[in-house]
Amino acid sequence: MAKSREKKAAAFYDLEGTLIRTNLVHTLAFYALRQQGLWQTFKKSAETLVKLPAFGLVDLYSRNVFNEFFFQSYKGQSYDRLRYFADELFEKVLKPAVYPGARDLIQKSKKIGLRQVVLTGALDFTIEKLMKYLEIDDYKANQLEFVNGYATGRVLPPVMASATKAKWIREYAEREGISLSESFAYSDSISDLPMLSIVGHPVAVNPDFRLRQVALQHDWAILDLT
Amino acid sequence: MALQLRRKTHESIVYIDKDSAPRIIPFGEDFILEYLPVGTRVIYPNPTIKGLPNREAAIRYAVNHPLDADPLYAQLRPGMKVTIAMDDISLPLPPMATPDLRQTMLEVVLDICAANGVDDIHLVIANSLHRKMTEWEMRRMVGKKIFDEFYPDRYYNHDAEDEKNLVTIGYTKHGEPLRINRRCAESDLLIYLNINLVPMDGGHKSVAVGLCDYESLRAHHEPQTILNSNSYMDPQRSELNHKITRLGKLVDENLNVFHIETALNNRMFPEGYDILTRNEDEFSLSDRLKWEAIKRTFSKLPRIARRKLLHQIPAQYELIACYAGATEPVHQKILEKNFQQYEIPVKGQCDILITGIPDISPYNVYSALNPLLVQVMALGYHFNMYRNKPLLKKGGVLIITHPCFDEFDHRFHPSYIEFFHRLLPESRDAFYLREKYEREFAENPAYIEMYRRGNAYHGAHPFFMWYWGENGRQHVGRVIVAGAENAHVPEILGWERADNLTEAIAMARSYMGRNAEITMLHQPMIGICNVTD
Repeated sequence: MAKSREKKAAAFYDLEGTLIRTNLVHTLAFYALRQQGLWQTFKKSAETLVKLPAFGLVDLYSRNVFNEFFFQSYKGQSYDRLRYFADELFEKVLKPAVYPGARDLIQKSKKIGLRQVVLTGALDFTIEKLMKYLEIDDYKANQLEFVNGYATGRVLPPVMASATKAKWIREYAEREGISLSESFAYSDSISDLPMLSIVGHPVAVNPDFRLRQVALQHDWAILDLT
Repeated sequence: MALQLRRKTHESIVYIDKDSAPRIIPFGEDFILEYLPVGTRVIYPNPTIKGLPNREAAIRYAVNHPLDADPLYAQLRPGMKVTIAMDDISLPLPPMATPDLRQTMLEVVLDICAANGVDDIHLVIANSLHRKMTEWEMRRMVGKKIFDEFYPDRYYNHDAEDEKNLVTIGYTKHGEPLRINRRCAESDLLIYLNINLVPMDGGHKSVAVGLCDYESLRAHHEPQTILNSNSYMDPQRSELNHKITRLGKLVDENLNVFHIETALNNRMFPEGYDILTRNEDEFSLSDRLKWEAIKRTFSKLPRIARRKLLHQIPAQYELIACYAGATEPVHQKILEKNFQQYEIPVKGQCDILITGIPDISPYNVYSALNPLLVQVMALGYHFNMYRNKPLLKKGGVLIITHPCFDEFDHRFHPSYIEFFHRLLPESRDAFYLREKYEREFAENPAYIEMYRRGNAYHGAHPFFMWYWGENGRQHVGRVIVAGAENAHVPEILGWERADNLTEAIAMARSYMGRNAEITMLHQPMIGICNVTD
């Protein structure tokens, strides 16, 4: 039985680590293994492998800097090719990585009339099918810049990370007439603290150590969907 | 009445004299020693009924000689679907020494099932909207052998939010719905293993409450039903019991239930700690040394360590009766035995009731007794341990001893935190809270998933805890917390605080008069006061 609310409310989700167990690197690795020709595939895969420790370190330092650094890896890849493999990416990588409780959580949220919104640092074309599969109403993902059909390695602003997510949510709520105090936000990472802080019902999902400590301090709900 | 004469009213009742010893009173995870005013009536648990010498034989006899039903072996046939449901970790309290009584019951029942060619068996914990038991707790409850054979596919917790595994079996003529666990409902035979610790437990409550969903539960777990129960520990005068009996009849019409109920004695503590339930006037030198050892050990430990220590002391309960068969006659027999162990005849109500709050409740096994649970123990359980009339006069003062720390277990009680810090400052009116917020909490997707996938109490559970205290809240004039370490927790609960018991008694006397009759329940105890004029 859906609760009658004075104002509309929403559930805002981070994606990687929250609803699915994969992260941006899994997607990059998937594409690295599907380059044109064996040499390109080997080169891109090796490059991705070498960069892994750097990705980890930069992400620890700042999610925004990580995004700038990380998406450089897509430089030179064609839009058609990236798009073409998106369906396979969903079937082979993303769909099996959906946490067992994720769909139930979304269904229970829908049942009480919450609009389902995902905010993710992933690339928009890689998650289209996943969003349909999860029955998400709206999503905001990062968009690569393409010139003449090839990625420049830059991400079009606003880059979805940290405070940008919170800003986007505030604007979205104002535009759609959504009450943030009645809304939920779900994330696994301390980098999403701003997004969790602006809603009435923040939930730390499979949280990292730092987010768990914050959640405990602030009496936020801690959920394990694994 | 002369004090010497008053002393002899009942073996469980002691009056404080000038030369009486100080009393040991629980104070959360600690114990305090306090002198009580002369004339105070102290109520102790009844003497322990001796346990049956061979509990396995008693259980086997019960299932072979059931009441109003065919013996278990006669109801079994090869290929049939059998589900064995059992009480969760909230019973008994504290958790009993292994082997748990449920393990013994299971060993007997599974043995009979195997002998009759029944192998499609599931074991379901009837946790209702309580937290799901952890793997370790589940293993401890049934023993390694049964656990290894059945867990996790055929031994699991009931899930009141698993839509596809719930089935509506009907409505009572009063329109109360009953939706229960599908596996239990669709089995050829449902065997229920019960441990009856207090008269509120067991009977139709086992299946109709233990295996139901939120919508079914909210029909009777609501403030008016609690208010109309005088008390909910006295089944005949409990509206809650009447409603559950209606649902139970629906169960009997639709399911084939074979109920095995057990009654335990009141041996709550092992040797060494047993002094905590005894009359301090009768302490021997050895008893005093035991108390000194407990006191000194506890004084050196931080709260968390004391809690851990207390949670590792298993209860030494013994089986005193076992009956099997149809739910109602079985429950009737067990209730008689319960009252034989617990009932204490008490003459006259009191003006001031003192009750220590120990770290024991059905809802904080292996976790902290948070403020809402302190409330449910004080105004719910301790207040309601009566028949006929409350021990405390209408408008009297209830004094409890507890530090009232603002501590919640995030894993077990997440929705309690929001209830306590967000809702109670807005209102303490149970009807208002139910109307405005209960469904919001019950449908909170995060709380639902924390209940389903973790070990959290259901989102609506803190409401039931608040309703549980409604009787007491409406009856008691004031509640004073002696020794509360902060001001805000008592204030949120609508209580007053005092630095210590002496100050609390002085405050209570200032409200009730210098000649106020004082009674103390010597906690921890399980005892039902049958109060007459």
